[in-house]
Amino acid sequence: MNIHEYQAKQIFKEYGVPTPRGIVANSVQEAVNAAKELGGNIWVVKAQIHAGGRGLGGGVKLAKSIEEVEKYADEILGMTLVTHQTGPEGKVVHKVYIEEGADIKDEFYLGVVLDRAKEMPVIMASTEGGMEIEKVAEETPEKIVKVAVDPAIGFQGFHGRELVFGLGITDKAEQRKFIEFAQKLFTIYMDKDVELIEINPLIRTGSGDFLALDAKMGFDDSALYRHPDIEAMRDISEEDPDEREAAEHGLSYVSLDGEIGCMVNGAGLAMGTMDTINYVGGTPANFLDVGGKATAETVAKGFEIILRNPKVKSIFVNIFGGIVRCDRIANGILEATKMVDVKVPVVVRLDGTNAPEAAEILKNANIQNVISATDLLDGAKKAVAAAKGENQ
Amino acid sequence: MSILVNKDTKVIVQGFTGKEATFHSEQCIAYGTQIVGGVTPNKGGQTHLGKPVFNTVKAAVEATGATVSMIFVPPAFVGDAVMEAADAGIELAVIITEGAPVKDMMYAKAYATKKGMKTIGPNCPGIITAEECKLGIMPGQIFKKGNVGLISKSGTLTYEGANQVVKEGFGITTAVGIGGDPIIGLSYKQLLPMFENDPETEAIVMIGEIGGDLEIQAAKFIKENITKPVVAFIAGQTAPKGKRMGHAGAIVSGSAGTAAEKMAALEAAGVKVVKSPAEIGKAVKEVLSK
Repeated sequence: MNIHEYQAKQIFKEYGVPTPRGIVANSVQEAVNAAKELGGNIWVVKAQIHAGGRGLGGGVKLAKSIEEVEKYADEILGMTLVTHQTGPEGKVVHKVYIEEGADIKDEFYLGVVLDRAKEMPVIMASTEGGMEIEKVAEETPEKIVKVAVDPAIGFQGFHGRELVFGLGITDKAEQRKFIEFAQKLFTIYMDKDVELIEINPLIRTGSGDFLALDAKMGFDDSALYRHPDIEAMRDISEEDPDEREAAEHGLSYVSLDGEIGCMVNGAGLAMGTMDTINYVGGTPANFLDVGGKATAETVAKGFEIILRNPKVKSIFVNIFGGIVRCDRIANGILEATKMVDVKVPVVVRLDGTNAPEAAEILKNANIQNVISATDLLDGAKKAVAAAKGENQ
Repeated sequence: MSILVNKDTKVIVQGFTGKEATFHSEQCIAYGTQIVGGVTPNKGGQTHLGKPVFNTVKAAVEATGATVSMIFVPPAFVGDAVMEAADAGIELAVIITEGAPVKDMMYAKAYATKKGMKTIGPNCPGIITAEECKLGIMPGQIFKKGNVGLISKSGTLTYEGANQVVKEGFGITTAVGIGGDPIIGLSYKQLLPMFENDPETEAIVMIGEIGGDLEIQAAKFIKENITKPVVAFIAGQTAPKGKRMGHAGAIVSGSAGTAAEKMAALEAAGVKVVKSPAEIGKAVKEVLSK
């Protein structure tokens, strides 16, 4: 689960990670009030969406008067912001964060993420703040300092020294401030079951202070049960409604660009099915893992969600029946076709336990739109042919 | 022969009396697995599925001599359960549970390693040595005995792969579902040499997916150390960047972890890489008839 910049900065504040002062606003009036409350003569109006690249998309503006705050808040609130991370459809902005201006001397990057190979968190820092870290990693990997921290010993002095010497921070007072900053960030990472923290940019001010100018945080979904405070930060409007609805029914759904709807049990086989459709010349319309149960209800819900996508021309149901027997799944699929009006051809491949019985059930049901397939390749070919309107 | 488990392996089940554990333990026993007892706190002294229940892993190990544990406890207790098994001297823990917090696994894996306990999973179908020992939730009847070893991140692709191998007239020595979480136990790199050293295994099927770099490490390892033919499939060639494909680890971030990158590395290591899981069986036949 991801949260907004202003929410991440609330967490930073609790842990004493320095950030500029700011107030979140849901309306133009609230934005103006926020600017007045903050005082000063320069403010930043920042769109709050779960995606990076907001500045380039026109979602971050520098205001030099209250009138400008009002103008920019009015422009940004309700706009559909398109960045390289939102996809071409963009995201509607519902909130802006009004922040005091900062005296930027230079910009750093600081992040904490799991190093899967080392099986421990790694702190990543770079002098190339403001740039996308993936780009830095590709073009100038030597400019990224990586320090893995074994949670068994926690953040030690030497971790901090590796960071500041690696970044070329030479002033002793600044070294102390940066190390403290990184240590607090690591504490947040561990305490809150964070999946990713990124501060880009982290700025050094003219007076040698370090401030988190931006903040991005994502959390381990499996650990949210022990963080009700984080769960309360969930913003449903940021999530894809179909993906969310699927999740509520125990399905894992991701929408794609193609024409063939997929319904599969297991994440790996679901990806493998998409790949097979591609392999035989078709395009998958979605990833959908129905999980281990594949009952009439879950299959019906799956059909319903897949069919909301007007591009879908056929559906490939690919189930490998293991513990759950194929004959039961076949009956579930037949029931589901009664619950949902499936207008496109459905190719069904059931393999595994009791597969012959399942084929018999589908055959005897003799439903016009349901086409039976013998194996994965056969099913993918039939689904692609059906999408092209070819008869079987 | 086989790797890690066989007909003589003595197994306990942690979370034994739970609904899922009961259902699957029953299936494992029917398959021939030597489940010698189970652990559920506060149910020590009872009998479940005809086997003794203990309050702690330590007590279960002392009474039964079990060396392997199959873990079915709820996600919030997985870390604790793994560490308890390691502390009690268990040699291999097979963690079936899905949804364990990554942080808990980070601590548990480090402790298991310190204690010399191997782990498989979490969030995996388990391990099966064909017609001898099934430890997990896979449909046992698919896995006919044979000469192919199988390592897979995905459950249903394990079944798909094994089924094709059997349909082509071959069979399985041992199949290991390693799981697709960000932190997992035994991986390709540790399992490949076990299959290399197993005299009955003549070919290895390796099924991976997008995210992380375990397959890249495996490719390097195969190039230098593995002489037996390897067939590989990487799921997620058509998965978009930045979108999580079901498994917590299956996500392409930046330019790393793509299927194309992994497939190229494996091909360069001399592995027979197939573009669709539907080709696994045929590819195995091809490498074995050379």
